[in-house]
Amino acid sequence: MQSPLEHVVLFHVGPVPISEPVVVTWLIMAGLGLFAFLSARKLAILPSRTQTVLELFVTVLDDQIRETMRRDPAPFRPLIGTLLLFVLFANWMSLIPGIEPPTAHIETDAALALWVFVATIAFGISGRGLRGYLDTFVEPSWVMMPLNLIEQITRTFSLIIRLFGNVMSGVFVVGIVLSLAGLFVPIPLMALELLTGAVQAYIFAILATVFIGAAAGESEEIPLTAKESE
Amino acid sequence: MEGNLVEIVSVLSAAIAVSFGAIGPALGEGRAVAAAMDAIARQPEAAGTLSRTLFVGLAMIETMAIYTLVIALLVLFANPFV
Repeated sequence: MQSPLEHVVLFHVGPVPISEPVVVTWLIMAGLGLFAFLSARKLAILPSRTQTVLELFVTVLDDQIRETMRRDPAPFRPLIGTLLLFVLFANWMSLIPGIEPPTAHIETDAALALWVFVATIAFGISGRGLRGYLDTFVEPSWVMMPLNLIEQITRTFSLIIRLFGNVMSGVFVVGIVLSLAGLFVPIPLMALELLTGAVQAYIFAILATVFIGAAAGESEEIPLTAKESE
Repeated sequence: MEGNLVEIVSVLSAAIAVSFGAIGPALGEGRAVAAAMDAIARQPEAAGTLSRTLFVGLAMIETMAIYTLVIALLVLFANPFV
């Protein structure tokens, strides 16, 4: 049985080995980027079917961010939306035969979680100012400062391990059942994997929202929800 | 018998880690879901907020079980003593 911590190196670009998760990641990026470009090229007042679905997605995403952060969702929409879509499609890559989800390898998850970590600091400084953001580390008193610093690292680490563990264990269990039982037996488990993948993508995005929202702080006036502003 | 003592102990400890590590989070998740069901039954209009908070909380609890799984995998596949 292959270790989940090892990689299949497909080819080399100069001295850099390119492994399978990287290629799958590039495919997802290309696919999502192409779809977004094509569907956003011809936007109309009277929306087409694709545009309606996309508008529904953006509205639901905005409502979630607004309810969680109590801030205007516009600055956070690109990052949170991209994280949600990328993790969702990466988790569902196991549906294509022969392809492992890139999130089943710890490096992809580490890259995503490090972006959340960087975004937390960036939005914290832009939301509260450098002094205000550093002040959050000595709340409620200066005794808590080591714990607050450690929390920054441990929650990023748990974000990595959570996504990696869930997706990888799904792939692993399907592999074990397939080697024991045969062709059609793992199908219910794979259906369960679809649910787990969607839930984990949602949780990853919501936790990123919670972390960034906690760092940026609440804005003074609570913005209206979409329904109230109509 | 094939395999040295370290490998045998590694496999055993991986199984023990996962099995006992799953007990606590399972009980905790059960309690959390039961409490959320109770709250939704009392106040159905708050179901959206409750289920979002529930999912985040479940993810936090589940992380404990995932940690034991990672420890088990490290012991099985990246054991520094073998």
